[in-house]
Amino acid sequence: MGTSERPPPRPGDTGGGNVAVLVEEDRISVAPQWKLMWWRFRKHKVAVSAGFVIAAFYLVALLANFFAYSDPDDSRPAQSFIPPSPIQWFAEDGTFGPYVHPLVGERDFETFKKVWEADETVSIPIQLFARGYEYKLLGLFDTDIHLIGVPEGYESESTIFLLGTDNFGRDIFSRLVLATRTSLTIGLVGVFLSLVLGVTLGGISGYYGGVPDSIIQRIIEILRSVPVIPLWLGIAAALPLTWSPTRIYFSITIIISLIGWTTLGREVRGRFLQLRHEDFIMAARLCGARDGRIIRVHMVPLLTSHIIAATTLAVPLMIIAETSLSFLGLGLRPPAISWGVMLQDAQNVQTVAQAIWMLIPVAPVILAVLAFNFLGDGVRDAADPYGG
Amino acid sequence: MTGPGGGASPTSDHGSSNILEVRNLKKHFPIRVGFANRVKGHVRAVDGISFDVRQGETLALVGESGSGKTTAVRCLVRALDPTAGEIRFHTETGKWIDLSDLSRRELRPLRPQMQMVFQDPRSSLNPRMTVLDIIGEPLLLNGMNNRNDRIDRVEELLRLVRLRPEYMRRFPHAFSGGQRQRIGIARALALNPRLVIADEPVSALDVSVQAQTLNLLLELQEELGLTYIFVAHDLSVVKHISDRVAVMYVGKIVEIGERDQVFFNPKHPYTAALLNAVPRTDPRASRTRIPLRGEVADPADPPSGCYFHPRCAYAIERCGTETPVAEVVDGERRVECLRVAELELPGVTTG
Repeated sequence: MGTSERPPPRPGDTGGGNVAVLVEEDRISVAPQWKLMWWRFRKHKVAVSAGFVIAAFYLVALLANFFAYSDPDDSRPAQSFIPPSPIQWFAEDGTFGPYVHPLVGERDFETFKKVWEADETVSIPIQLFARGYEYKLLGLFDTDIHLIGVPEGYESESTIFLLGTDNFGRDIFSRLVLATRTSLTIGLVGVFLSLVLGVTLGGISGYYGGVPDSIIQRIIEILRSVPVIPLWLGIAAALPLTWSPTRIYFSITIIISLIGWTTLGREVRGRFLQLRHEDFIMAARLCGARDGRIIRVHMVPLLTSHIIAATTLAVPLMIIAETSLSFLGLGLRPPAISWGVMLQDAQNVQTVAQAIWMLIPVAPVILAVLAFNFLGDGVRDAADPYGG
Repeated sequence: MTGPGGGASPTSDHGSSNILEVRNLKKHFPIRVGFANRVKGHVRAVDGISFDVRQGETLALVGESGSGKTTAVRCLVRALDPTAGEIRFHTETGKWIDLSDLSRRELRPLRPQMQMVFQDPRSSLNPRMTVLDIIGEPLLLNGMNNRNDRIDRVEELLRLVRLRPEYMRRFPHAFSGGQRQRIGIARALALNPRLVIADEPVSALDVSVQAQTLNLLLELQEELGLTYIFVAHDLSVVKHISDRVAVMYVGKIVEIGERDQVFFNPKHPYTAALLNAVPRTDPRASRTRIPLRGEVADPADPPSGCYFHPRCAYAIERCGTETPVAEVVDGERRVECLRVAELELPGVTTG
């Protein structure tokens, strides 16, 4: 070997003198951590697709009112439980042009069920960027433009029912879009707070050990023994009733995150404990590095990938928590709209039997949770490009 | 230093030519139990060792795993705080300083003179840093703030350890084990240390790479006038590199002396047993086997008397009750064995 050794060719490399191989090798050799992570993540097709799904979800959340076509709070008891009615894409003469037929409800006197029939004599065209109810785009601009809508003279609230209506005659599609916003964002602050607490306290615990470690570990054990649902109930009852349901839920998530950091705290502590004894940490200390530098330069950069992965995996838990707690009536409450609140309306068998489409909010819950889990798995695998 | 064939000590007068004098060094780890962390006992990882290291020599510290070699050297560089004892270091300016009770702050200016090479080249380099940053870190922390100066010095160091300077922008994952170990050596040499402590620097490497790395260490010693403390469990490696050998067993140095004396004429039964266990290249060479029975004694609960007596082929009743003290043999050697005067032990037979 001597002065001119090259790193050993990786298995699969055939021509040793192949220039392309050498260039590729050099590219890998000088690649910093985040680049290696990105290259490995890119190979994980499922995780990449999951990333796109999540991006789409958050786009919908960001522009929720734009994607909705009916006012989600506009209740019309007369048109409750309308089944999903799709858009017609082609006119009878075969020309393209999406339209809907208006629905006419007739009471079936045998079953006393209202039956909705399309009035095929009338066609109402569907327009892109049509005017509808007024809202604030991104919370800034007043507008009434929606992605789809009906021409002036008609109301989309009484004409388009993509996913049907609920017991109050509100449009499920539009509510679902707005619920996406609530459900995907309300827990993020809590996740972030857990993250900060977990990394800080776990880091102190693992790096210094001894008495601070014992104190923090005992606190974690105590917090972990608190049953969450009764606590949730108690806080929900204790918070002032004058607050809006969203504000109450937001406060609850923050309080819950004061408990939720414990898992990450333990993980970070474990990593710090392990890293503290790594030789390169000792080498840094032996050449005079202080604690601050060791933590900042040598320890935290090795943890970021784990933290990102842990956070990605914490988000679906938060979605599930919101959905199930709201379903039980402990989380968000009407008039707030979230996936859980929408499912709460589908709580009794009678409703489900009559209007199965009330269960539609289950689909985005499953899709979002799966997407986040796949993404988290991908990030976690990519996070350790040196393993193996 | 003296060549591997030689073996004569540089000088024998005590004090003036020594770079390090360790006296009665102890490191006891408390065993804590229960909720209140009550101390139940102590693991006596290092239990009162004394030795001198001479300027320019290589002192090898050998022993089975668990004998306290690594703990001992970690105490020397104060990666661990010793429980008791003195670590007298002869500084560049000619002063003797006891490192054992200095604070971290007081140690910092002395750090450059004493550096360490680690066993596992995978865990001794930060995977998130380039070679330039790894070797440049000691320079940065010791006042070389100009990046270009650091680049020049790192280039120089990489040449010194026979690596291409162009590799300095690479990350450790791009290097083989042997190359990584050389990066570790370059980092240790960055601050021009006088004493380099190598903790099993080749035991994680392939045999072919081991020889290269050892030769590099020997060449560097000659070029830079370094002093080595070399921890090893592989006696063939020790034979190749060391001037003197200290044999450790359960936290104690049972025998210390010139390499050739220790190898060809061991005075402690444990040394003889270790030497006997070295594989030979000549299968026909006859030898009397000294089987080493049992396990290394538990440093938390060592046997009475001589720690080695339960495994010793030459143990007599007295060995179980009396604790041996270091006896000076042949001028320079110290042996902790009660029967040192009576025993005739086989050493390495072939060169």
